[in-house]
Amino acid sequence: MSVANDSPGRRAVRRLMRRPAAVFGLAVVLAFVAIAVFAPLVAPFDPIATNWGAIRKAPGALYWFGTDENGRDLVSRIVYGARASLLAGVVSVSISIAIGLPFGLLAGYAGGWIDMVISRVTDAMLACPFLILAIALAAFLGPSLSNAMIAIGISATPAFIRLTRGATLNAAVEDYVEAARAVGNPRWRIAVRHLLPNILPPIMVQATLAIAAAIIAEASLSFLGLGQQPPAPSWGSMLNTAQRFIAQAPWMALFPGAAIFLVVLAFNLLGDGLRDALDPRHR
Amino acid sequence: MFTFLVRRLSSIVPTLFVVSMLVFGLQLLLPGDPASVMAGEERDEEVLAQIRARYGLDRPIPVQYANWLWNVLHGDLGESMRLSSPVADLVLAKLPVTLQLGGMAFVIACLIGIPMGVLSAVKKDSAWDYAANAVALWGLSTPNFWLGILLILFVSVEMGWLPPSGYVSPFEDWRQSLATTIMPAFVLGNSIAAVLMRHTRAAMLQALNQDYVRTARAKGLAEAVVINKHALRNALVPVVTLGALELGALFSGAVLTEQVFTIPGFGKLVVDAVFNRDYMVVQGVVLVTATAYVALNLVADILYFLINPRLRQQ
Repeated sequence: MSVANDSPGRRAVRRLMRRPAAVFGLAVVLAFVAIAVFAPLVAPFDPIATNWGAIRKAPGALYWFGTDENGRDLVSRIVYGARASLLAGVVSVSISIAIGLPFGLLAGYAGGWIDMVISRVTDAMLACPFLILAIALAAFLGPSLSNAMIAIGISATPAFIRLTRGATLNAAVEDYVEAARAVGNPRWRIAVRHLLPNILPPIMVQATLAIAAAIIAEASLSFLGLGQQPPAPSWGSMLNTAQRFIAQAPWMALFPGAAIFLVVLAFNLLGDGLRDALDPRHR
Repeated sequence: MFTFLVRRLSSIVPTLFVVSMLVFGLQLLLPGDPASVMAGEERDEEVLAQIRARYGLDRPIPVQYANWLWNVLHGDLGESMRLSSPVADLVLAKLPVTLQLGGMAFVIACLIGIPMGVLSAVKKDSAWDYAANAVALWGLSTPNFWLGILLILFVSVEMGWLPPSGYVSPFEDWRQSLATTIMPAFVLGNSIAAVLMRHTRAAMLQALNQDYVRTARAKGLAEAVVINKHALRNALVPVVTLGALELGALFSGAVLTEQVFTIPGFGKLVVDAVFNRDYMVVQGVVLVTATAYVALNLVADILYFLINPRLRQQ
């Protein structure tokens, strides 16, 4: 297919694939997704079953990453923990987009008092530090993985409202919007059919980077005891337990933390690559 | 300057007003009646009625909000249910510890992030640039509580160089205070250093392409003078404002860092309050951090105004 017939999406994918760091990020993300989906096939042991004969075993041939204070295999717990982390990342950001996108679009396109009210609420939410707001929401909603996801999703929403509003304001003065208005399209149709597809690239970039932040936030809430509840495995709660055995069993802290680092790094690399591929200012 | 200050101050009033509504609204998320949460195991209807009357929970929500706001404006953030002492006193007692930690973290972040950003921009596309970017990516991707645990393992447990936890006030023993806070401050500053590095790099790249830098070079000035006196001074202007936005990350990070290093600061206060279902304290901490964040951003804006002569002339 000739370059002239290429869609902007295909060109962006090609630009993305030319960046080794972004391709590495994408490969790691896909590997973690596969691990999470096929956890029962990948994990060598039951992640919850205790084994009193294998308490705090150092990494070796049988237990590659060692075992924890209840004799549970760390590889299996990290594999199942990937489910909680990725789920938290994707669901939280989906909540943020589901709320942020329509409100940002509404504020940017409707203007006037609607914009003023939405912008004031957004400013107020942005004034509350992200994790402190998430901790407060999780505390009031009650500790659980689903409440942690809601708390993180709501806390990350104002960034999406602000981004969508800004992108809408920029796009609304473009000729194609003027043309759509001139031929008599109703306002909602212009917003949904013409503005929305054109403001999606920066939102996709933000979403990828926000998943990285949401995974760290979920790990943080679980570390504090406000996310996934034991005995279900979660990287953050594994680190919380590991802290108590840091001198006797350092591997308990090393591997779950490395898993968080790797998946967050992968999303950051992918997000940076997407931004370079989609945002003209970064080309 | 006066007009700028008035305009800027008037813009934060509605923001703080909405913040107060959001913070008050948190208690509406509690499952069930707040009085029964306060009563704990107590299920006696008479006791519950007394609690409702004492805290005004039997009144309509707008009235409750108005009373709460009135008290907040008079410095009364309510009373801790667990410690039976005013929330404002608890916050004031813990705040200096977190401010010390946050201040040190910010200095560390500037000392690492700004020189790294300058180096990365000046040596663009060199091994230095790639190394600085790799360090920034490490900073952005490392959960600070994990970094804290790793440092405790290597620096305290293995090497025995620094205490693994605890806090000593600088007024008591400044050496010991430094020993207990330097590691947590580094952990807290790590991710902010990464953000500052990226902002500085971007601003320096822009500044190095400006005409005044070309002129300075054409005059035959030494490269160090061109970079430090001409490019960096101008590049730092946007970094000040963007750096101020990281103060929220500093507060958030302090919660986890204080937990890992058992530092009795603001973050520890909120975590303990969460587990003791001491909701007044949680509300108080969110309100104070949000207000502090807004105030610090105002200070950054004023600094930006003062150090940017073009804005002063407008």
